[in-house]
Amino acid sequence: MPDSATHIQAPADTQAAPADEVLAQARRWREAGQAVALATVVATWGSSPRQPGSQLAVNADLDIVGSVSGGCIEGAVIGEAQAAMTDGKARLLEFGVTNERAWEVGLACGGRIQVLVERVGDSP
Amino acid sequence: MRDTTLAQVLEARAARTPLAVVTRVSDGAQGVVTPDTADALLPPEAVADAARRLSTDESGTVVAGGETWFVHAHTPPYRMVVVGAVHIAQPLVKMGVLAGFDTVVIDPRSAFATAERFPGVRVVDLWPDEAMSALAPDSRTAVITLTHDPKLDDAALGVALRSPAFFIGSLGSTRTHAARCKRLRREGFSDSEIARIHGPVGLAIGARAPAEIAAAILAQVVNVRRGGSVTG
Repeated sequence: MPDSATHIQAPADTQAAPADEVLAQARRWREAGQAVALATVVATWGSSPRQPGSQLAVNADLDIVGSVSGGCIEGAVIGEAQAAMTDGKARLLEFGVTNERAWEVGLACGGRIQVLVERVGDSP
Repeated sequence: MRDTTLAQVLEARAARTPLAVVTRVSDGAQGVVTPDTADALLPPEAVADAARRLSTDESGTVVAGGETWFVHAHTPPYRMVVVGAVHIAQPLVKMGVLAGFDTVVIDPRSAFATAERFPGVRVVDLWPDEAMSALAPDSRTAVITLTHDPKLDDAALGVALRSPAFFIGSLGSTRTHAARCKRLRREGFSDSEIARIHGPVGLAIGARAPAEIAAAILAQVVNVRRGGSVTG
């Protein structure tokens, strides 16, 4: 499996996907028997383009629908999503200007954001 | 998130009923709150916060039982009802869908109201008053008439004005709109009721092309929905 942080660009055309479409797509993937993870913005501070409740769904083939930022942190989020698909554990990620990772992934808006990543599907 | 929870959320959204998914951020433990029910695993403060968020429409975190929970308020999608499957309706419904509106086009003229002209959008070919009554506009519904034809536009406006729709707009020149207001007055609507209609619909941005007019209309709908600062 490729290293998501270096291979994934958040596709610009998914950013306007309506909330229903993200969850509907997650269900279609599940119905097709695929592993799926869901990332949800739970809190933001300062300027941030996406509000709490914004979601992104990703499957094991790294098909993506929705967004949790303007594209800055998607790569890192998808890496954690892959891990969640494998181990079934939810994780809370935080990105911000005080966080080295945020510079690395480039949270250019200068805000801070918390994202919950969880696997979709019943527990192992 | 369990598959059953995902199905429950999608079902609630399709049925236009509110539902909150409440998740403990430390480990992903999750329960569902609706106006009538709450999952037993959730602490009472989290349930109370979820109930409040379902009415204010805002997702966010709450500390309950010494833990942080995220309340994801899934409130019914906003709707845009477009009366008249005319040229301007084509870019308008596309923009409406992009902005997250559940979008419906009404036109009884079957030559206009075709699925080919409106891919992926629900097209209703009933007479506007009948179609509008069936859709039952609520306070999360915008109604926009585009036909210029009094027998179509007025039929829809009659139902819209008796509904709590958050936005009512009608395409047409100032003169067309004045004539429309006169007809509605004759039908028994008061001046304050008629004043709910944004007419001519759309912000004054000098729009000319159909897509520009559609952008002006969507901008006005968003301005009303979000309490923006543009007047007129």
